[in-house]
Amino acid sequence: MAQDDNGGSDLAAADSSAVELVRAGDPGTAVLLQDPVENPGFPPHRKRVTDKDPKKNKRAERTVYTLFYLSIVGSIWAIAAYMLFPIESNVGQVRANTLFIGLGIALALLALGFGAVHWGKALMADHEGIDVRHPVEGTPATQARAVEIFQQANEESGFGRRTLIRNSLIGALVAFPLPAVVLFRGLGPQNQNPADLLRHTMWKKGTRLTKDPSGVPIKASDVTLGSVFHVIPEGLNDREDMLEQKAKAAVLLMRLKPTDLHVSPERKNWNYDGIVAYSKICTHVGCPVALYEQQTHHLLCPCHQSQFDITHEAEVIFGPAKRPLPQLPITVDADGYLVARSDFHEPVGPSFWERH
Amino acid sequence: MRAHPHTTSRSRRKTGRRHPLATLALIAIGLGLTGGGYAAFNSSTASAETATASKQSVDEGKKLFMANCATCHGLNASGTDNGPSLIGVGAAAVDFQVGTGRMPMAMQGPQAEEKPVQFTDDQVKSLAAYVATLGPGPAIPDASLLKPDGDAAKGGELFRVNCAMCHNVAGAGGALTEGKFAPDLHNVTPAHIYEAMVTGPQNMPVFNNLNITPTDKRDIITYLTYIRENPSPGGFELGGLGPVSEGLFLWIFGLGSIVALTVWITAKSN
Repeated sequence: MAQDDNGGSDLAAADSSAVELVRAGDPGTAVLLQDPVENPGFPPHRKRVTDKDPKKNKRAERTVYTLFYLSIVGSIWAIAAYMLFPIESNVGQVRANTLFIGLGIALALLALGFGAVHWGKALMADHEGIDVRHPVEGTPATQARAVEIFQQANEESGFGRRTLIRNSLIGALVAFPLPAVVLFRGLGPQNQNPADLLRHTMWKKGTRLTKDPSGVPIKASDVTLGSVFHVIPEGLNDREDMLEQKAKAAVLLMRLKPTDLHVSPERKNWNYDGIVAYSKICTHVGCPVALYEQQTHHLLCPCHQSQFDITHEAEVIFGPAKRPLPQLPITVDADGYLVARSDFHEPVGPSFWERH
Repeated sequence: MRAHPHTTSRSRRKTGRRHPLATLALIAIGLGLTGGGYAAFNSSTASAETATASKQSVDEGKKLFMANCATCHGLNASGTDNGPSLIGVGAAAVDFQVGTGRMPMAMQGPQAEEKPVQFTDDQVKSLAAYVATLGPGPAIPDASLLKPDGDAAKGGELFRVNCAMCHNVAGAGGALTEGKFAPDLHNVTPAHIYEAMVTGPQNMPVFNNLNITPTDKRDIITYLTYIRENPSPGGFELGGLGPVSEGLFLWIFGLGSIVALTVWITAKSN
C-alpha cells in the first residue's frame, strides 16, 4: 500500500499526531473529544492463500492473464460482430447488431476490470498501511512562498500596472457569454410577455371543438352519455405553432347526466346539456390528464396521481395538484356544433412565476 | 386463435410486393387473414344467429338471464341496487361482459375482473339476443369491422390519443383510482376490443361510432394486433409497463450487482 510522507508504519505515533493536528478553534473541525474511543488498531495480519501456497499463487496468476486474454477476445468479437451482423434492411437486425457488439464490449471491459481487481487482491503485495489526514492549510513558509509567486507574476506580467490590458481582458471575458444569453433568449417568445402568452389559449368565442387529431368538428348529439372526446380547437392543425398551441388548448370533453353535475351559479351556462369541457393540462406540473372513469366521474393524472372530480367542477380530491382544472365554457352554434363561449377564464396548466 | 392457419392469403400477398412498406403490409395482411379469417368464421355464424334472433334463442336467453343475472340486474333487467339496468345496453355489452368472463361477477368489488367464461358461446349469444330485445343498443360488430387489415399507423395515432393514457402505449394496461385498473389488451379478441369501445364497460368511457368511426376502430384493432405480433425491437420489454418495471429491475439487479461488486472489491482476498 502506498504511504505518504507522514503516514507511519508506527501506528501509535501516527495516531497521536493525527489528534494533535486537529486544532482547537478550527471551524467545523473543532470537536475535541475528552475521552476519545481507543483506537483498536489493525486486526492481526492474516496471510492469503496465495501467500502461503505457491500453487494457489500460480493459479491466481493464470486466472488474471486468462481474464486479460478474454478481454482481448471480447474486443475482437465486438469488431467481428459489427461485420457479421450488419444493419441493412430491417429493425430486427438493429437488435442483433447492438446485442452482439454490446456483449463483446461488455466482455472486454468486465474481463479487464475483474482481472485487474483480482490481480490487486490476490497477487499484489499485501500489507496494511495508514494515511493520516493532514490540514489543508500549508505551512507559513509555503504560504509566504505562494504570495511571493503571485506578486512576482503580477510584477512580471504587469497585470496590476498595465490597467488597459487588464480591463480589456476582463471586458472580453464578460462579453464572451453574452451571445449565449441572446441565443437562448431567442428560443422564447419575441416581443410578447411570456406571462400573457401563458394566460391565453387559442380558444375564443365561437371556436368549434374538433376531434384530436383529425380536426373534425363535434356535434353535441355525437357526444353520447359516458363518452369522452379528446378535443383541439378548430384550425389548430393549420397553425405553424401547432404544438405550442396544443400544449395549452388541449381539452377533454365528457357527457354526464345533467343531474350528476354540481354547477356553481356563475358557471350555469358553461356546460351544454351535461356536456362539459375541461383543460387536459394538469394544474400540478402540466401532464395531460385524461384517465376518465365514466362511473365515478373521476379524472386521474397518470404522472402524480392527482384526481379531479368532474361532477364538482374538477375540484382536486386527491394528489398534489393545487387548483381545479380550468373549465372551458361551451355552447352550440346554429348548426348544432359545439363551440367555445370564450377562452378559459384562468390560465391553464401549472403555476408559473406570476401565478401561484 | 392467432394460430389458426390461413389458406387464402396467397393471392392477396402478391398485390403489395413492390411497395416500400411491403413487409409491413405483408405482416398486416397475414395477420388480417389469420385473425380476420377466424373472426369471420366465428362471428359470421354469430351475426347470422342474431340476425334471425329466433324466438327460441331469445327464450333460452331469458331463462339463462333469470337463472344467472336477475339477482343483481332485476327480473326485468331494469337494475337493482346491486347492478345497473341492462335496458338499451345492447348485445355488444353482453357479448363483452359475459364473453370475457367478467359477468356474472364472483363478488362486488372495485371492478369486475376477467375470469374463465361461465357460458358456452351459444349461451352467450342467447343471452345477448335476449338483452338486445329489451331496448335498442349496440349490436355485436360485423366480422368485416374486426379484420386487422386496416391502417396500423393511423390506428396507433388514435390509440395514443384516445386509449394509451389508461391502457399504456404498448397496450399493457395500467392502474386507475381506488383499485380499478385498465386491463392489458394483448390477449383481447378484436370483437371484444370493438365491443368495449362501443359500450364503455364499467369505468371505461364510451367511444361511439361518431367519435371513433368503425373504420378507425378497425385501425386501432390493426395496431393492437400489429404490436402483439411483432416483437419489440428494443430487446426485453419487461411487460412494457414503463418506468415501474424498468425501475424495479434496475433497482434490484443493477444496484444489486453494483453492491455485490463493491463488496467483492473491498473484501480481503482469502
